Amino acid sequence: MQPLLEVRELRTHFELGDGVVKAVDGVSLSVPRGRTLAVVGESGCGKSVTARSILRLVEKPARIVGGEILLYDDAPDTKPLDLLAAKDKRLRQVRWADIAMVFQEPMASLSLVHTIGDQIIEAVRLHENVGKQEARDRAIEMLDRVGIPDPKRRVDSYPFQLSGGMRQRAMIAMALSCRPRLLIADEPTTALDVTTQAQILDLLQDLQQEFGMAIMLITHDLGVAAQVADEVAVMYLGEVVEQGPASAVLSHPKHPYTQALVRSVPRLGQRGQDRLVAVRGTVPPPYERPTGCRFHPRCDSFMAGKCDVTVPVRVRSDEIDVACLLYGEEADR
Amino acid sequence: MLRFVARRLVWMVITLAAISFVTFVVIKLPPGDYTTTVIANAEARGQDIPDSQIAELKRHYGLDKPFIVQYLTWIKGVVLHGDLGQSFAWNQSVASLIGNRVLLSMVLSIASLLFVWAIAFPIGIYSALRQYSGGDYLASFLGFIGMAVPEFMLALVMMYIGFRYFGQSVGGLFSPEYADAAWNLGKLLDLISHLWVPIVVVGVAGTAGLIRITRANLLDELHKPYVATARAKGLPEWKLLLKYPVRMSLSPFFSTVGWLLPGLISGETIVSVVMSLPTSGPLLLGAVKSQDMYLVGSFVLILSTLTVIGTMLSDLALAWWDPRIRTRFQKG
Amino acid sequence: MVQQTEAIAPDTQHETPQEVVKSLRDHGALPQWRLMWRQFRRHRLALIGLIVLIPIYFMAIFAGFFAPSSADTAHTALPYAPPQRVHVSAEHGMFVYGYSSTRNQETFEQTFTVDKSKIVDVGWFVRGDEYSILGPIKSNIHLIGPTKAGEAFFLVGSDQSGRDLLSRLIHGARVSLSIGLVGVFASFLLGMLIGGISGYVGGRVDNIIQRIIEFIMSVPTLPLWMALSAALPGSWGPLTRYFAITVILSLIGWTGLARDVRGRFLSLREEDFVMAARLDGVGRTGIIFGHMVPSFASHIIASISMAVPRMILAETSLSFLGLGLQPPAVSWGVLLEGAQNIRAVATAPWLLTPGLAVVVVVLAMNFVGDGLRDAADPYK
Repeated sequence: MQPLLEVRELRTHFELGDGVVKAVDGVSLSVPRGRTLAVVGESGCGKSVTARSILRLVEKPARIVGGEILLYDDAPDTKPLDLLAAKDKRLRQVRWADIAMVFQEPMASLSLVHTIGDQIIEAVRLHENVGKQEARDRAIEMLDRVGIPDPKRRVDSYPFQLSGGMRQRAMIAMALSCRPRLLIADEPTTALDVTTQAQILDLLQDLQQEFGMAIMLITHDLGVAAQVADEVAVMYLGEVVEQGPASAVLSHPKHPYTQALVRSVPRLGQRGQDRLVAVRGTVPPPYERPTGCRFHPRCDSFMAGKCDVTVPVRVRSDEIDVACLLYGEEADR
Repeated sequence: MLRFVARRLVWMVITLAAISFVTFVVIKLPPGDYTTTVIANAEARGQDIPDSQIAELKRHYGLDKPFIVQYLTWIKGVVLHGDLGQSFAWNQSVASLIGNRVLLSMVLSIASLLFVWAIAFPIGIYSALRQYSGGDYLASFLGFIGMAVPEFMLALVMMYIGFRYFGQSVGGLFSPEYADAAWNLGKLLDLISHLWVPIVVVGVAGTAGLIRITRANLLDELHKPYVATARAKGLPEWKLLLKYPVRMSLSPFFSTVGWLLPGLISGETIVSVVMSLPTSGPLLLGAVKSQDMYLVGSFVLILSTLTVIGTMLSDLALAWWDPRIRTRFQKG
Repeated sequence: MVQQTEAIAPDTQHETPQEVVKSLRDHGALPQWRLMWRQFRRHRLALIGLIVLIPIYFMAIFAGFFAPSSADTAHTALPYAPPQRVHVSAEHGMFVYGYSSTRNQETFEQTFTVDKSKIVDVGWFVRGDEYSILGPIKSNIHLIGPTKAGEAFFLVGSDQSGRDLLSRLIHGARVSLSIGLVGVFASFLLGMLIGGISGYVGGRVDNIIQRIIEFIMSVPTLPLWMALSAALPGSWGPLTRYFAITVILSLIGWTGLARDVRGRFLSLREEDFVMAARLDGVGRTGIIFGHMVPSFASHIIASISMAVPRMILAETSLSFLGLGLQPPAVSWGVLLEGAQNIRAVATAPWLLTPGLAVVVVVLAMNFVGDGLRDAADPYK
């Protein structure tokens, strides 16, 4: 089946005074229709920048330097729209109407001097030809859907008058107000306490069922990914090293990096003597990317003369796409 | 909102009381009092005043009473009768001397304030949105110059240019034919045509400061996540900038009045001395030089009072503009 | 299957540049002052400002040597004489032309023309008016001047009494430049003390002090300065007056600094390292001076550097109005008082040069202050 969104060889670089940081350097992934893709990886691996690049929201000094981001239409066999090549006006139509976003800090990502209603109504009226009252009704309806009590009154509240969890609900209400086909959620629960986290994740799943949209969930938390994702893409140093069904990737990871990640997470029922193993070594400095496979200096299965020379290409092994020289053929780049 | 207004009002009254007290202290600060002046004047004329007459004078002006009583008598007169005391040098009541001048001072200061806003905000916003552009560098450079040039220096240079190249004095607020005329449309137009030079001169320093503040504030706001949200919503760039970060960065529009207005009044005082404008400046200077303390004190009192009122109005405007402040006192 | 919800790796993304710098600092890799200097050097305008200021201060300290004459040497026959140009010829070496004056019989206005027949020889390290260097040591060597002592030598013209404006400018720099430093030092002590108390004690005390500061800030400064200086007895000598003016300026100038200090204290109070020191049993004074003050010293230096030019402007304004220092004391403001009369300025525009000096110095100081602020807070 055709995916909803396909990212090919995306490159987003930070052009700083001291050099270029290749935050996203050849990311390829696909978001299936109506399902949830979790993008996981350590902080700094470029997952947030990837998410922002999709709607071309990166700001100076970051710049998208290459790649394609293809948004497929619902009708099969139509030509997909390349968001990176689209004109500004076309891109603005795609924003929110097709792809909406929820950010990490609900307090910071809502304007504090505009009411929540005002901010939702603005989005609705921007993309749909509806009157003020109708848009306001929609806002109240959406607030109700996301579980905000007394939405008729809350629609006129300012964000700072709500609690953190309520703010994120309001943000989600705003994101869904135009019925997008894809919701990108960039660490939507990181700033919230654990109970609220779980509630928000449940809410997202319920809403996905109801609206039939795809979700791209950016998280550093494998637990969150396991809880909600149908698919998982694992990122390391600006590229996707592994993508496949969540159950497969998380229980039988192929890439040594994913294996190390999974080992580093505590499990229920784990015995005391099985100590948690952190991923060996540290993330290399941003200006120096290792040659060959980027993970090789930290890899337990490092093959000298091979991994430090040859750049692995993605191959399919079982149901998983993996970029590692342990699997399949090799290629020189 | 009502609570907020009430709090501001109470605070204003306390401030005014404090100002009046400080003013009175300043009035009483020079060694000696009115009788010293009388005696000195008499001696200068070669006369001698008997002690009994001095005591009579002291009693007449309440100078024999304790300080706090003198203060209360004075402030009672000010509040109840608008009686600001007697100018010794002019031998007139202070109120009759300064009425028109204070009015013109306020006109000039408020006009300068409007000028500062009108110039500084667009430039500050432009500078931030086009950071590191040629225009931004030019604005920053002019801003630095504006802060480094004292107002009186600028006034002098303007006067010099006017005198040297246009052969006329740019000082004063009225042409000679209107100076003593009654108010009419012609006089008003004449005033306006004279007013712009001092307005610009007084406003330059404040403009420079406000450009810097607006620019810095907007630069802080531009990269906040809520701007990214607005962008993600598909708003056109200029529309989202105006609605979100610019609106947020405009809060200083109101909160700056608190420091801008005192600065403008200070600037107005010295500029009007240089350009000999019929505002409070020259009269205040003369009063200071002749130690005519009641006149001096009255100026300090009135100018400070007007500043405090202006600041309070700007606080109320800020509360209207920024919901975070408006709602702060709702819960309690 | 993975069950737990735990972060998989230490959160390195949110490590801000400040923290990186802090950790470098903690490891002793780069001391703070070196970091500051490195940052400061990048601020080109600040560096230019510093390069301008250092020689100016140097000239002010050794004013007697750099000025061609004393501040009071008057050539009464040559009021408002225009600036001279230094010429060099094989025949005379370095020289300036003298003046010849004519008096308009109707307006009694004196006009000067360059008289090429009068040649005044000029030399380096010439003997002239006696002055003292740093107190007791006396000398009469001047960097540049007429070789025959007593000749008129006005590189930037003369004032209404025929005194050399350049010499007065250089002598006046001593007061103008020092009053900024002395005044800021006084307001620094006040601001540090009151702001420190306000920020460290907090609560009710803080509230009251803040209201007082707000009150002082809401009063237009110039009228208040004028009123206060009106209260100064006219009989006071120049030195007493100098200190009185300094006190007046700093009485009002401390508020900004106090606010800064308070803000720093308030935010530092909650910092972990302060808490750690407190738990370690370090006393109050120890915490304040051993831990808190060093960590915001750079900010305070930056705010002080911004306050100095404001003081200079204030003194200049007051003296210009005739309310600050009084002649025979010389400061740039006192010199500018002579420029109050626009007719005098029109005939002798060089009377405005002290104003130019003020602008240059204040501009340079603002640049330096800007650079210091950036250096104190490299990532803001």
